[in-house]
Amino acid sequence: MIRYGMVIDTQLCIGCGDCVVACKTENKLPAGLNRDWVVEATRGRYPDLTTEFRSERCNHCSHATCVHTCPTGASHLWKDTNIVLVDPGKCTGCKACIAACPYDARLIMTPDGYIDKCTFCHHRVEKGEDPACVSSCPTHCMHFGILDEPSSAVSRLLASRQQKVLLDETGNQPNVYYLI
Amino acid sequence: MKRREFLKLSAILGAGTAAPGFLTGCSPPPLPGTGAVETSPTVCNICFWRCAGTVYQENGEPWKVVGNPEDLHSMGRLCTRGTGGLGSYLDPDRLRQPMLRVERNGRQTFQPVSWDEALDFIAERMRGIAEQHGEDRLCLFSHGVGGSHFRKLLASFGSRGYAQPSFAQCRGPRDVGFALTFGEGVGSPDRTDMEHSRCIVLIGSHLGENLHNGQVQTWIQALEKQATVITVDPRFSVAAGKSKHWLPIRPGTDMALLLAWMHVLINEGLYDADYIARYATGFEQLAAHVQPFSPEWAFLETGISAAKIRETAREMAHHAPASLVHPGRHVTWYGDDTQRSRAIAILNALLGSWGRKGGFYNQEKVDLPDYPTPEAPKPRSDWQAVVQKDFPLAPSGITNAIIDASIGPDAFFKGWFVYGTNLPFTIPDSARNLEAAAQSLDLFVVIDTMPAEITGYADVVLPECTYLERIDPIRNSPERNPSLAVSMPAFEPRHETKPAWWMAKQLAERLDLGRYFPWDDYAEVVDWQLQQVGSSLEEMQRLGVKNFPRTTPMYFTPGQSVEFFTESGKIELYSAMLAGFGQDPMPVYTRPERPEPGYFHLNYGRAPAHTFGRTINNPQLFELMPENAVWVNPLVANELGLNSGDYVRLKNQDGVISNRVRVRVTERIRPDSVYIVHGFGHTDARQRLAAGRGADDNGLMTRILVDPIMGGTGMRGNFVTLISEEYTA
Repeated sequence: MIRYGMVIDTQLCIGCGDCVVACKTENKLPAGLNRDWVVEATRGRYPDLTTEFRSERCNHCSHATCVHTCPTGASHLWKDTNIVLVDPGKCTGCKACIAACPYDARLIMTPDGYIDKCTFCHHRVEKGEDPACVSSCPTHCMHFGILDEPSSAVSRLLASRQQKVLLDETGNQPNVYYLI
Repeated sequence: MKRREFLKLSAILGAGTAAPGFLTGCSPPPLPGTGAVETSPTVCNICFWRCAGTVYQENGEPWKVVGNPEDLHSMGRLCTRGTGGLGSYLDPDRLRQPMLRVERNGRQTFQPVSWDEALDFIAERMRGIAEQHGEDRLCLFSHGVGGSHFRKLLASFGSRGYAQPSFAQCRGPRDVGFALTFGEGVGSPDRTDMEHSRCIVLIGSHLGENLHNGQVQTWIQALEKQATVITVDPRFSVAAGKSKHWLPIRPGTDMALLLAWMHVLINEGLYDADYIARYATGFEQLAAHVQPFSPEWAFLETGISAAKIRETAREMAHHAPASLVHPGRHVTWYGDDTQRSRAIAILNALLGSWGRKGGFYNQEKVDLPDYPTPEAPKPRSDWQAVVQKDFPLAPSGITNAIIDASIGPDAFFKGWFVYGTNLPFTIPDSARNLEAAAQSLDLFVVIDTMPAEITGYADVVLPECTYLERIDPIRNSPERNPSLAVSMPAFEPRHETKPAWWMAKQLAERLDLGRYFPWDDYAEVVDWQLQQVGSSLEEMQRLGVKNFPRTTPMYFTPGQSVEFFTESGKIELYSAMLAGFGQDPMPVYTRPERPEPGYFHLNYGRAPAHTFGRTINNPQLFELMPENAVWVNPLVANELGLNSGDYVRLKNQDGVISNRVRVRVTERIRPDSVYIVHGFGHTDARQRLAAGRGADDNGLMTRILVDPIMGGTGMRGNFVTLISEEYTA
């Protein structure tokens, strides 16, 4: 299996939301729905503060509970990768995957009612391009690539910088990493 | 009856509701990019930075705008707003057809009219003004690239009156302050060499929230290379969060800090003595001048410890000349803004950063000739000498001075063109004066893409198409690498909208000034200009951007002799020119007024999702940030019993009350200040998304602190108190 991942440098992220708009326009999402979002997390008391910005989305987990829980097989892995997709034709809108996702990364498509989510822009990945969010980021704080390939930019960043993933304790083995 | 009642057209609200959906087996939507894709080059006009990009359509439908990888100006990436640029084209609330103020049943209203009717009306009024008062009595307020067409029209008519709010409400003080010191302004894009800086000092400059694309990207490059960032801000801005040192300064005391930094650099011998000896004049006076301003003295004013002031000054000196004290951009704050900008310029001079790598570079642009047209007639008067006589050092038009000179029967200006700038939300404390000017003027034309509040004053509203539907003047901005970028129409203009070049030409023909616009299509002008530098419209249609080699050095060479464009030919630490005009030759500190108990400094700034108030109604950007919130320190919130999400109104010391706005309780602000993002609180119901959302900071600014040197409007003289919404409902 090819394991794709994203590495996001929170030291450079300014929380501008370009990734959100780029995803929305690239994937032609309807008003009110977004597949990615930005979190601002502040710690401390004035004036001893830190603020971290994180661009968040589906973690395309190696242990994807959403895929395991889907009763119809609508949630599935793209080709031989960790990229989780939803087949609208098989989705009944039961929302079991929403309950199973620790990251609240799934949305209900309007007006059709099937479940939608980040695709890591697999239609771009197939052509050798980065996902729209990564290729739009004006700070170049987002990186995409194959995690098990030691020479990839993402692997090199993970080998050289402190990092974290979100909700590691769920055992989902998420593939979106944050450099801290 | 008023000559001009403020007009608000009631919105025709769409009543469409979606039927509740149920699943019947959905077919997957086709993957993006699998249909017939067409592209065309564009230059973004969502802000004035003008980044080059590519517009994509798929199966004839607008799809996306992305950066042009060849564009060094934007380094191939658009910002949030540029990525959301299609929203400006798709916005259902756009102006659709020309409108004329008419009186019907004793009430004034706008009537949709044909282009001929609208343009005939304007030409007729222009002739009337020329006959009655002179052809020099028109002026243009402009923000945006299309304004140049109207500027040409007015110049050919005989009027040179012109102002951009970006001078008197924004960066004028810094450009005047730097010009008084180095003989040149900072320019736009700012000539900061941040990608090579080892130390960057930001004073109230909130890069990252202010999303000037090249600025943000070069600052981030410096961060990536572990440059030291020192941020001076009463708020824990995004930049502060990425800084080695955050100095949460008491609002309005920046000058004290700047003087103390000079004191340390001079008294500890940390300044660039060779650079100062070679290039500067007035060092002895400056050294004597800053003696009283020790870090201990500054601590009492700023709240920044003396040790911190010394530590940061030494760190700047350590990295000099690759140490940049950033000039900022919106710097009309406290009325002594030119002097504060002078202090920043002087500090840079002491660090030797002007003309040096990692400091300020020399800009270059392409030598691009203008399309040959007859020379505009010499105006019969020097309007600046009349209207701006109190500000002889102001090199540009002062919006607020022009407004003042448009009120009353003896006013100088009799007709206004307002292009792409929503004056009531741009110029502080202007509502009353705009109202008065509207009663005095013989002609009031607004050109815009959106029903901004300013349209309510107009006789005629001309709907412009967006940048995605027109060809604009070539982008040729001075910067690191000379380059040209061309914007081609990606779409046909929607509704009955037209490009500014067409409007100006049509008016010119009605006024027998057609010889100044000798083309059928502005594309001819662009093509001719491009051919003069070895390119063509055909080539640029393909490339979008063309880069040219630099021909001049980017920095001073070591030991180079330099003639500065000042009176003395040197960097002027002491300004004889200022002294000659009765101003302080070196910056002095004035203690700012402090708020009464229960009142807070009203600070304001930008958010990355929006360009001023111009994009709030853009459907793609609105979603990202539909309204602003007032930032309140938890100590204050606790005392006032406020929680995040509560609605309050802001009331200033003159009793002006804002629209309701949500509270955001955050540690990221000093307890003596509140903060809101500028641009919200729209009142025109025709902007259906933006209307009534959030609070407008501009309306709360009633204590304008006018800069005595350049005439700008200092906007931080107001304090506000918070009123819980339940008490005002």
